[in-house]
Amino acid sequence: MIEARQLTKQYGEKTAVDGVDFTVRPGAVTGFLGPNGAGKSTTMRMVIGLDAPTAGTVTVNGRQYERHSAPLHEVGALLEARSIHPGRSAFDHLMGLAYTHGISRARVDEMIELTGLQSVARKRAGGFSLGMGQRLGIAAALLGDPATVMLDEPVNGLDPEGVLWIRNLLTSLAAEGRTVFVSSHLMAEMALVADHLIVVGRGRVLADTTVQALVREVGGDTVLVSSADPGRLRQVLAGPDIEITGRPGSEQLSVTGRTAREIGLTAAEHGIALFELTTKAISLEEAFMELTKDAVEYHATSTPARAA
Amino acid sequence: MSIDTGIRPATVAPLRPVDPRLKVTGPRVLRSEWAKLWSLRSTWITLGLGLLFLIAFGVIGALRYKSMTGAGRTMDPDFADSTALSLAQFGVPFAMIAFGVLGVLTTAGEYSTGMIRSTLAAVPRRLPVLWSKATVYGLIVYVVGLLGAVVAFAITSAVVSGTKAAMSFTDDGVLRSLAGSAVYLSLAGIIGVALGAVLRSTAGGISTMVGTFLLLPGLMSLLPSSWQTHITRYLPSNAGESIFALHHDAGTLSPGAGLLVLLGWTLLALGGAAYRLRRSDA
Repeated sequence: MIEARQLTKQYGEKTAVDGVDFTVRPGAVTGFLGPNGAGKSTTMRMVIGLDAPTAGTVTVNGRQYERHSAPLHEVGALLEARSIHPGRSAFDHLMGLAYTHGISRARVDEMIELTGLQSVARKRAGGFSLGMGQRLGIAAALLGDPATVMLDEPVNGLDPEGVLWIRNLLTSLAAEGRTVFVSSHLMAEMALVADHLIVVGRGRVLADTTVQALVREVGGDTVLVSSADPGRLRQVLAGPDIEITGRPGSEQLSVTGRTAREIGLTAAEHGIALFELTTKAISLEEAFMELTKDAVEYHATSTPARAA
Repeated sequence: MSIDTGIRPATVAPLRPVDPRLKVTGPRVLRSEWAKLWSLRSTWITLGLGLLFLIAFGVIGALRYKSMTGAGRTMDPDFADSTALSLAQFGVPFAMIAFGVLGVLTTAGEYSTGMIRSTLAAVPRRLPVLWSKATVYGLIVYVVGLLGAVVAFAITSAVVSGTKAAMSFTDDGVLRSLAGSAVYLSLAGIIGVALGAVLRSTAGGISTMVGTFLLLPGLMSLLPSSWQTHITRYLPSNAGESIFALHHDAGTLSPGAGLLVLLGWTLLALGGAAYRLRRSDA
């Protein structure tokens, strides 16, 4: 369990994380989603005490990370940036970490096997591909049998097989009752594994919700309906939690709050002929873009900016 | 794949009983730093170089002395006053640089590679890492330095036996001096460890190391001469050399005082390293 309370980090003038509150619960995969520069990595660095918060607190299983007597047993972290010495072999790297906690050599071998690094375990880690480096990072993260697993962009640089492997690993870790906290800037990837989502942008929490709730909130499940008499259709559909929009002179209305089935039945009851009845489910990617559109740090512009 | 929207309550049964055997302790951090140091090729190469400098330069100096006295040629007065011990210690400043550089690498190298993030994630209290690195490295350099000093003296004293420079292990002050040179190398290595942790840059740490030990004494000649002797003898290099010098004059510290002064510099550097390690984000 990870709990952040008013967590803030400033680097000089720039506020990377701005009064963030969230709780990451055990037994589920929680996605930490946001565009580049949203403060995801900084937040994760503060969780394991690499960066000190400017204000606020973050605790792991009820305590500050550094106050635990066996930190690697509490949180296993894979950070985005490489955290290995390129001159050391994968085995020696893991042993170096294992010694600090009295973790057995058998456990190190077990992690090497789990991540499929047997054939390269004695080679210098500097020569590893991006994918092998990620696997080594995951072996290090799981070394201490941690109650909380925190991975920053774990699928970066992995081939499709590796991506699938991570996906299965995350769900099985959560099924074992562990807290799993995974960051990504790819909504589609998160939708496949995450039970819960924390969406951040510009250092603030934009949403703390489930995938379905997020889609609904951002305006998913809109039904497009066309008829010869949109004015009358609007009247018969009107209700307290229904939103209907349409352009004057257009036959088309967009309706939220009723399913296509309900709209069709209502129209039939009143003898209104429909020409179109389409559920326009907003995609996750669109929901995410909608939510973070104001928070994206570096917008790509299609036209050159004019001088002011 | 279906999406599970249920937020499970925070009161899920504990995953597994916390394993009481897993715990960070001082000896375990020491063990870790010991293993980390020996698992890098640069450690073996640099320690080997330091040892080579200690032995080879001493032996070369002794052979040169022997051939010059044998030929009856006139020597530079300083060289003519050499003893087996001073010849054997000819390589100490070179070895000091090698050991100092490796000391810088043990800490600054963790920052330049990113290894520090793994290290501090395992030991988030941080300071045990610094103490362990300094202890492990200081101890290793002491042993290697002592080995080099003893071997160099054994060979040089054999080479120059029968000349004016002849000395043996049983001569007054020889053992103290040999041990003293190893202490000097060890403390210089620890200063390297501390400088690497303060500056977090290999280039910066090595430059500062070389500047402090090799260039600073030369710069002292810019000072008014009345100040020179008072300040120069307290510099890390001069204080360190007086730990193993056989003869002391008014311009140098006694071995004991030299040791105290160099210890002071070492503690100062370690203090700076501890402050930076605790206060700055990794």
